[in-house]
Amino acid sequence: MGVRTWITSWPVYRQITGGDPLGRGPAAKSRRTERIDPRVATADRVVRSVCPYCAVGCGQNVYVQDGRVTQIEGDPDSPVSRGRLCPKGSASLQLTTGPAREQRVLYRRPYGTDWERLDLDTAMEMIADRVIEARRAGWQWEVGGKRVRRTLGLASLGGATLDNEENYLIKKLFTALGAIQIENQARI
Amino acid sequence: MAECHPVGFQWVMEAKARGATIIHVDPRFTRTSAMADVHVPLRAGSDIAFLGGIINHVLSNDAYFRDYVVAYTNAPVILREDFRDTEDLDGLFSGFDPDNRCYDNATWQYEGLETQAAAGQRDQERDQEYDERTRGGAGVADAARGEAHGSGGAAIAEGRPERDPTLRHPRCVFHVLKRHYARYTPEMVERVCGVPRDLFRKVCELITANSGRDRTTAFAYAVGWTQHTVGVQYIRAAAILQLLLGNIGRPGGGILALRGHASIQGSTDIPTLFNLLPGYIPMPHAHLHEDLDAFVQAQAAQKGFWGDMRAYLVSLLKAYWGDAATADNDFCFDYLPRLTGTHSTYETVQKQLGGVCKGYFLMGENPAVGSANAKMQRLGMACLDWLVVRDFSLIESATWWKDGPEIETGELRTEDIATEVFFLPAAAHTEKDGSFTNTQRMLQWHHAAVEPPGDARSDLWFVYHLGRIIRDRLAGSTDPIDRPVLDLAWDYPVRGRLAEPDAEAVLAEINGYGADGRPLSAYTQLKDDGSTSCGCWIYCGVRADGVNQAARRTPGRDQNWVAPEWGWAWPANRRILYNRASADPDGRPWSDRKTLVWWDAAQGRWTGHDVPDFVPDRPPDYTPPEGARAADALAGDDPFIMQADGKGWLFAPSGLVDGPLPTHYEPQDSPFINPLYGQQRNPARHLPPPHPDNLYQPVGSEVYPYVATTYRLTEHHTAGGMSRWQPYLSELQPEFFCEVSPELARERGLEHLGWATIVSARNVIEARVLVTERMKPLTVDGRTLHQIGLPYHWGPNGYSVGDAANELLHLSLDPNTHIQEAKAIACDIRPGRRPRGRHAPDLVRAYRERAGITDTTGTEL
Repeated sequence: MGVRTWITSWPVYRQITGGDPLGRGPAAKSRRTERIDPRVATADRVVRSVCPYCAVGCGQNVYVQDGRVTQIEGDPDSPVSRGRLCPKGSASLQLTTGPAREQRVLYRRPYGTDWERLDLDTAMEMIADRVIEARRAGWQWEVGGKRVRRTLGLASLGGATLDNEENYLIKKLFTALGAIQIENQARI
Repeated sequence: MAECHPVGFQWVMEAKARGATIIHVDPRFTRTSAMADVHVPLRAGSDIAFLGGIINHVLSNDAYFRDYVVAYTNAPVILREDFRDTEDLDGLFSGFDPDNRCYDNATWQYEGLETQAAAGQRDQERDQEYDERTRGGAGVADAARGEAHGSGGAAIAEGRPERDPTLRHPRCVFHVLKRHYARYTPEMVERVCGVPRDLFRKVCELITANSGRDRTTAFAYAVGWTQHTVGVQYIRAAAILQLLLGNIGRPGGGILALRGHASIQGSTDIPTLFNLLPGYIPMPHAHLHEDLDAFVQAQAAQKGFWGDMRAYLVSLLKAYWGDAATADNDFCFDYLPRLTGTHSTYETVQKQLGGVCKGYFLMGENPAVGSANAKMQRLGMACLDWLVVRDFSLIESATWWKDGPEIETGELRTEDIATEVFFLPAAAHTEKDGSFTNTQRMLQWHHAAVEPPGDARSDLWFVYHLGRIIRDRLAGSTDPIDRPVLDLAWDYPVRGRLAEPDAEAVLAEINGYGADGRPLSAYTQLKDDGSTSCGCWIYCGVRADGVNQAARRTPGRDQNWVAPEWGWAWPANRRILYNRASADPDGRPWSDRKTLVWWDAAQGRWTGHDVPDFVPDRPPDYTPPEGARAADALAGDDPFIMQADGKGWLFAPSGLVDGPLPTHYEPQDSPFINPLYGQQRNPARHLPPPHPDNLYQPVGSEVYPYVATTYRLTEHHTAGGMSRWQPYLSELQPEFFCEVSPELARERGLEHLGWATIVSARNVIEARVLVTERMKPLTVDGRTLHQIGLPYHWGPNGYSVGDAANELLHLSLDPNTHIQEAKAIACDIRPGRRPRGRHAPDLVRAYRERAGITDTTGTEL
């Protein structure tokens, strides 16, 4: 590095000679910062999404690099949110990619004192068996002489961050099973 | 709003920058109050008195929008002679049956119509035995029929109601309203709400000055209004006020529900609710020999678009059961399970405790923290054979058997709990395609960015494959109970390594298909002969022309202020409901300043900035012929096209189970005697069967002298499942706290940043103390009332921990919706941490004994 380069790279020099007299912009930028690019600039693709927290429905841009979500930012195109996200929406990257997410099926056997691991396919088969059994155990053709064609043996309580398509399938399947105790957060 | 919907609040600030006045009514001073022009602290649970006071101000000062009120509301309609108001019966309306605690609404009807009850009640009239079995029909009233009006009003009888457009008739709705609210004076508001009369008058003046031809006022609310034993009537009170002021169906007006979950609107539209089918079609009740036609006849309105319910229902049955649904088998109407009363989530807990309900799915829900009386929820789960929890992290509802509060107190022992628990990790919104319906009824599509990690899967995947496996298991069964499962149309294309169902194929089914197999574009195309299918009639058009309209993303800056090309709003992409009311009876905008839609005489069509919410070519002066029905029966000046008479209802002759006009009743647990009527509480409130962990408090108890209200923080989300595991959010709000005033802190010896113990008749919790002037002591009924703020996000799991405020709540519910009273409970507060182990329930018991609480306390009428 020449002396001249050394002097001109000095932040105070840049602050005095450049267009940033208060030293709150480019003059204060370190060499390291200068060399790195924001994740949003190097992303392979940007996927349009919607914030999963409250019901305002702020637009999100999901940045993907090497098959991983690397950043989530507000979508400036959205007439709802104009690019803004609140503290929760801004934490969606942590929500979706953070280490607190469980990634494996866990199982607690009756009277068990701790979790055990279980294969997803096995869990699905076990749950299907239990649904069929509980459905039959709680089946009612009639109540007080009136046809009801239903079961009280199983129930479901869903969140309200589920997609419409998910809720549609839940209601459709459980209604066909005769389950009526199907509820969600909207009751609460 | 600034706290819980911060990004939506930018539009309030935009309005303020353009001269709007912002009024914030809330027991607490919040970030919203800080930005508002006026903050009105009031007693939690007193809003009907407050709104009733404004209604009284509007009526007694002739500040209503007369032309709008006469033409568009039922103000001129004359009521039956035998109707009696709360003025006559000390807080009750006519028709109350004290033994069954329910109303017969026959006397609430319009003069000139045949005697006819509300849809739910008509449904049972054909069936006397059923009537007896359900405690005089209380079963149907119990079944949340009111919610079937999420997309339209209740049915009324046939005939033409008598009207007096001069509004002079003593029995016209206008006069009944005037008389009902006459006692809601500024002095009474001050006494009930703790709002000084001068501050109250200021609010009245600001609202009335900002309403009329040239100006409109909007109300925004959230669960601070709905979570009461009179929650629906809170909203009704706002509806009356907004109709009187001409603020419905017009730009800048309305009553805006600020909903708190990404698709909570969608989860009511396409309901996972016991009492509804998609599009607010009620779930059928059990009757002798009821077929499709009898059901439709009992439910559908004679006038307006709700009159075409048969087409909506038949199309839904075709979407559910496909080719198996034919005209010969009533389109499988018999496959629908039948209700016998209420089966809401709080009844489900009773069924769990009673050993009837043995299996339970929790999909993105944390009732061990988020539901009222959280302990009851855990006790219910401890009675299950099996529990499936689908979530991101190990929420409290997944781990209560191991480390829940009852394990600590010794009320439950892990080794004794038989419940089998499956925890299945869920996919995030970035890992799946699908649509959310936001708080303004707008569907927005989110696209999958990556695959979910490990065993995580979408709920779409889970439900589809669960159904597939069950159908495989049952294949070949000849048992008639399995027919609806085997006949189900359950053939969705799957994609990729994980066999993820194609969400857009599901959206296409929701949108519906015509006889030619092509996507439908509007619900007016639906037929009742089985030639169309549609999974949710109000969503018909979301995939018009085979295009996913919910995925449209034309930037806001490239379109007009209505932004119709961003997402898709139901119905028919209308952004403001009932917008025919934005034009006068002749079809001209009420003023240039408030133009939205209007009649274009040259084109013979309605037109405007928004999609007109009206029959497109129906002229303003149109009068329907005698005998016309459904949409054909709408006159050219009937803007409320989903209402059975085309008008906005100041007075609700049907559809509500607890009265035709909002009336102030005290909360279930209240330190005050009702200053307005002898009737203390909502007489029709829904009290579940007695349970030792769900006891109520006596009126005016000195043992529980304070009022607590729960709320959310900007940095956390509901029961914490999506925020207490996030380091950033946990750092911003690291633990549970309560907000108290300096005066209350002095009175009870509470120290800032110290601990407080809070006790109700149900449970005891502890919280860090935040002493702040944001909580203002109020003078209510002549004495000082201290209120306590309790954010309810916490439980023992995650990074940010604390007790759950919902432990304190009871299960006394709004009778229309079965929603709990989370927003106004009475309690005590004392310094220090709560007792540990068995000493915690001992303390709760000692309080109950001191207050003289028994099984029946608080259950009196």
